[in-house]
Amino acid sequence: MSKPVIATTSLAGCFGCHMSILDIDERILQLFDLVEFNKSPIDDIKKFTKPVDIGIIEGGCCNSENVEVLKDFRKNCKILISLGECAIMGGLPALRNGIPVEECLHEAYIGGPTVQLNTKHILPNDDELPMLLDKVYPCHEIVKIDYYLPGCPPRADLIWDALVALITGDPLKLPYELIKFD
Amino acid sequence: MSNLAKFKIDGVECMAEAGKFIVEAARENGIFIPTLCNMPGVKPQGACRVCTVRINGRLMTACTTPIGDGMEIESNKPDLIDIRKSIVELLFVSGNHFCPACEKSGDCELQALGYLYQMMVPRYPYDFPLREVDASSPYIIKDQNRCIMCKRCIKSVKDEEGRSYFAFHNRGDKLEVVLDKVLGESMDKQTAEKAMESCPVGSILVKEKGFAKPIGTRKFDRKPIGSDVKL
Ligand code: SF4
Ligand code: SF4
Repeated sequence: MSKPVIATTSLAGCFGCHMSILDIDERILQLFDLVEFNKSPIDDIKKFTKPVDIGIIEGGCCNSENVEVLKDFRKNCKILISLGECAIMGGLPALRNGIPVEECLHEAYIGGPTVQLNTKHILPNDDELPMLLDKVYPCHEIVKIDYYLPGCPPRADLIWDALVALITGDPLKLPYELIKFD
Repeated sequence: MSNLAKFKIDGVECMAEAGKFIVEAARENGIFIPTLCNMPGVKPQGACRVCTVRINGRLMTACTTPIGDGMEIESNKPDLIDIRKSIVELLFVSGNHFCPACEKSGDCELQALGYLYQMMVPRYPYDFPLREVDASSPYIIKDQNRCIMCKRCIKSVKDEEGRSYFAFHNRGDKLEVVLDKVLGESMDKQTAEKAMESCPVGSILVKEKGFAKPIGTRKFDRKPIGSDVKL
């Protein structure tokens, strides 16, 4: 039997959840024995090259590109996991939710106390740039998500235990210390 | 000892003084029933309904229902646990609970209930309401994003004349618990500490005191809420 295939991505996240994946330390060698990686920043494969069994999503959706990538993951992955607070509830980027986008842009590029070089008061508005959404959306409000691993970042042991359980089909027993929202 | 009541919680024989509220009576018998709006020494109000139990097929709040002789109480049943969990989830989505950036994280009772019930994601959509942070008082910050309106501060933080430092303001979905502008000015540091302690979540913070305890040493880092309830 061929190995299960994994893909990962970071949407509106800080890559902390990916760092936490690496935090499984030497078990990463075991992981490479157990699975094959496809599209992921871990191996730098940019496009899906085959059907994927487990897609891991870090970060919520703050712009149109995030939505596109997330939908692409849903299309190509049998199982999707929301990894971490940002994917699950928007996380810190969602602090802007409730504040109109225009106000956020104004603060960031025109009126904010650290804005100095933007003397022409230009707001980023290039066709190449993804559009900001009205707010940051949790992934499960955009596509169907199958599993959730909370934490900021999720503990490495939680990621490891969950992946092993998924791959082997063994039941997942989660000790109290592993489920945290911070 | 004629006023002793015998009762059962999930089939376990218990005994307590008749008329005690179920939450207290259960605690004396080593059984934990979760609460949020309830606090020792303050008249219970049955507001948050996290302590929901079933007696004779009816859902009741264990913090306001007195124990009676022969009572049979259901508490740790899957459907009751799911009701409690859904209340916790509702509280999470109806405010803005960014735990990773919250000074109360690890010591927060709402979060601790999320851990207890292994809330991986709330079943309800997030509301992301726009809420204010009031830092005008000299010693405390009142963060409306995290207030669950349990009234614990209103009922327990008072000045010598019995006036509450906190009060309800507005109605309906605009309802909030605010710090009284005038009394807030004169609030001393000790009262500020008491106010922070009275709040089950991170809505009342003492200024310049965030993140005092390292992760791993906070109240609910290693032990679930209710672990102190033992015989
Ligand atoms: S008050 Fe509690 S639940 Fe809300 S953000 Fe702070 S730690 Fe999390
Ligand atoms: S500030 Fe805290 S104690 Fe007061 S009502 Fe809000 S959550 Fe309850």
